[in-house]
Amino acid sequence: MARILQKRPLTPVTKLFRVEAPLVAAAAKPGQFVIVRVREGGERIPLTIADYDRDDGTLTIVVQEVGVTTRYLGALEVGDDILDLVGPLGMALEIPAEGHIVGIGGGFGAAALLCLMRELSAQGERTTIIIGAREKNLLILIDELAGVCDDLELCTDDGSAGFKGFVTGRLAQLIDGDGPGRPDSVVAIGPMPMMRAVAETTRGAEIPSLVSLDPLMIDGTGMCGGCRVTINNEVKFACVDGPFFDAHQVDFEEAMRRNKMYVEQEQESQDRAACRSTATEPA
Amino acid sequence: MPLKRIDKTPMPERDAGLRAHDFQEVNEGYDFSRAEFEAERCLRCQDPVCIEGCPVSIPIPDFIHAIAAGDMPGAAMILRLANPLPAICGRVCPQETQCEQLCHLGTRFIPVAIGYLERFVADWERDQPLGQAPALPQRSEKVAVIGSGPAGLVCAGELARLGHPVTIFEGLHATGGVLRYGIPEFRLPKEILDWEIGLLERLGIEIVCNIIIGKTITLDELFDKMGYSAVFIGTGAGLPKFLGIPGENLNGVYSANEFLTRINLMHADQFPEADTPMKIGKRVAVIGAGNTAMDTVRTALRIGAEEGIIVYRRSKNEMTARIEEHHHAVEEGVEFKWLTNPIEILGDENGWVTGLKCMKMELGEPDESGRARPVPINGSEFVIPVDVVVLSIGNNPNPLLVKTTAGLETNKKGCLVVEENTAETSRRRVYAGGDAVTGAATVILAAGAGKSAAQAIHKDLSQTVRPTSISSQPV
Repeated sequence: MARILQKRPLTPVTKLFRVEAPLVAAAAKPGQFVIVRVREGGERIPLTIADYDRDDGTLTIVVQEVGVTTRYLGALEVGDDILDLVGPLGMALEIPAEGHIVGIGGGFGAAALLCLMRELSAQGERTTIIIGAREKNLLILIDELAGVCDDLELCTDDGSAGFKGFVTGRLAQLIDGDGPGRPDSVVAIGPMPMMRAVAETTRGAEIPSLVSLDPLMIDGTGMCGGCRVTINNEVKFACVDGPFFDAHQVDFEEAMRRNKMYVEQEQESQDRAACRSTATEPA
Repeated sequence: MPLKRIDKTPMPERDAGLRAHDFQEVNEGYDFSRAEFEAERCLRCQDPVCIEGCPVSIPIPDFIHAIAAGDMPGAAMILRLANPLPAICGRVCPQETQCEQLCHLGTRFIPVAIGYLERFVADWERDQPLGQAPALPQRSEKVAVIGSGPAGLVCAGELARLGHPVTIFEGLHATGGVLRYGIPEFRLPKEILDWEIGLLERLGIEIVCNIIIGKTITLDELFDKMGYSAVFIGTGAGLPKFLGIPGENLNGVYSANEFLTRINLMHADQFPEADTPMKIGKRVAVIGAGNTAMDTVRTALRIGAEEGIIVYRRSKNEMTARIEEHHHAVEEGVEFKWLTNPIEILGDENGWVTGLKCMKMELGEPDESGRARPVPINGSEFVIPVDVVVLSIGNNPNPLLVKTTAGLETNKKGCLVVEENTAETSRRRVYAGGDAVTGAATVILAAGAGKSAAQAIHKDLSQTVRPTSISSQPV
C-alpha cells in the first residue's frame, strides 16, 4: 500500500500524486515505472515515475484519467492508500549520445521528463525540454520543468502559448539550428502517435532517439508476455527490456494496434464505473 | 483379511457436461468409506518403495495405515510433518509417475490411489478446528525467501519449523506464485491454497507482497542492510516461450501465462465486475500438450469458448500432460489435433486472429529427448479457423534477479546452478530451488527442493559461528 501525501490537479483530467513509497523511491532511476492496482478486483496498470525523493521516501506519479483504473485512481484523495504499488520496474534511461539532449513530452507524458531531465542536467548534459498540448491551459508542470533543464520550449496546437503547432514542428526547427539548436539525442515520452511522429522527424537527420513505450501489462516482470513489442523485427518485452527503445526501430503500427486491443471492454468498464459513481451520489 | 479390490477406488467426479462450464472442482474427493476401502488395498510391504518415488519422502504406508485404522489425526500429523502442502499436492501431483508408479500392487494390478488418500486426509484436516500453533525452537538467524510459489512456501515452512525467523518476498499483489496465477480453480480451489498458506503463516512466517527482489530491494541489500543470514531463491520459471512464427503479435494471441493470469489472478472471467478484460474466443486453439495446455484449453471452455482445440506437433504418446488431465479434457469436449505443427497465425485487416495455419506431421527417428521426432509432410498445409490462439510451449527461468545480482551462476538455459547436496548457488549463503533451478517442472519437485534447501540452510547456519557481518561476496 502507498499512502497519498499530496494531490494536485494539473488539468481537468490530469492529476499529480505524491505518495509514500520509501523502498521504491530509494531504488528508482529516471525512466522506470511502477505498477498499481487501486481496488480489489482491479486491474494492474503501469505508470511512469515522474519524480522521486529519496530523502523523504516519496514518489511522484501523474495520472491522466483515460480508463477505469485511472479514474478510480483520480478519485483518491490525500490520506487514501493506493492498494498495491510495486516497482521500480523496467530499465533506467541510457542516453544514446551525450551533448545536447532534447526531451519531448506530449500531454501528461511531460511529467515523466522531470526526474529524467534533472538527472541528465546534473550529469552535465545540455538539456532542452519541448512540451506540447492542445492549448495553454493543458500544458502541465511548466515551472517545474523549466527548473530542470537549460531551455524549455512550449508548443500549443492553437498557438495560445509558445510555438503554434505540434512538438515535432518545433523539433524540426531545432534540428535546423533554431533556438537551442540541433539535438545530439532525443528522448520522447507521450502518446504513441506523437512518439511515432518524433521518430519520423529525427530519422532523416540521423539523430539517435529513444521512445518510452507503454503497452498493456499485467505483472511487469516478464511473466505474462502481454507487453511484447517488435523492435527491428525482434520481439521484446517492454516491461523488462524497455520501456525505452530505439525510436527508429519500433513497429509503431503494431504497438498502437495492441494497445487498442480492449477498447470496447474499456468503454464498457468505464460506463459501469461512471454509473456506479453517479448511483452513490444524491440526485 | 478384508476383501481387497484389484483396481483403484474411483474418484467421484462432477458430470463433465456440467463442470465444463463452471470453475468448481472436478474431483469431489473420497468420503470416509471410500478412503478406508482404498487404504485397505495397501499391501504393507516390507520395502515401501513408494516413499522413494516421493520428492518429499512422505512415509506413505504409515499415513495410509492410520486411515485404515480410523486414526485420522495420526494420518494428518504424519502427512503434514513430511509435506507442508498436502491438500495441494494431493490434487496436483503426478502420482502416476512418482509414488504410485513404484507401488508393488501396480506390478500386477492397479497401484494404491496414494494421491486421492493424501487429498482425503488433508481435506479432513481442513474441517477440524485449528489447535494451538505448535511451539517452535527460536533461532536468531533470519532467512529471506524470494517468491511465494511452492518452492518458497515449503522452504519457508520448513525453516520456521526449525526455528528461523522467515520473510517471504512476493513480487505480485497476491501469494502463491504459480499455484495462484497458473493452476485454475477447478483443479486447485483458491480457498485451499489460502488455507495452506494460512497454516504456514501460523508458524510465524511473514509474507510481504509487492516487493521484487532485484528491483525494489537488491539481493545484496537483504544481507547488508536488512540483516538476513541466508537467502532462498524460489522465483520459478516465469518467462514464456514463443514459437517465432508469423502472426504471434496479433490481437487475440496469448501466452498460457497471460491467458491463465488474466483469469486466475485478475478474474477477467468476471469482467466487467472485475476490471481486467480479455478476448473471449469462440474457437480457441492451444498450442502444446502439457498440463498447462490442458488447464488453458479447459479454462477457455469454461469462460465461454464453443470449441477448444489442442494443437500438438507430436502424437498423443509424447504428450507431457498427466493422463488424468487429458482424460478430463476429453470428457469435457476438447478436440485434439495430434501431429499438427502450427506455422503461421492468420489475422484480419484489424489485426485480430482469424486462423491457425498448420502442417501435418509424421513421426520419424527419436530426437535428443528420446521422443520420436515429428517430421513435416510436404503439401499438407491447412488452416484451423480460430479467433484466439494460446501458446503453451513452456517457460524459461526469469532472468530479472540474475541480471541485477553479481555472481549468480546460470547454465545455458538460464537456470541457476546449485550444489547438488546443499542447493547453494555460486554465492555463499544464497540457495535456490524449484523451477528457477530445474526449468519448468512440477509443484512437488519444487516443494521437495524447498524442503531440502531449508534443511541445508539450517545446517549451514547452525554449524558456522555467525560472523559479525555476513560476507555477501561471491565465493
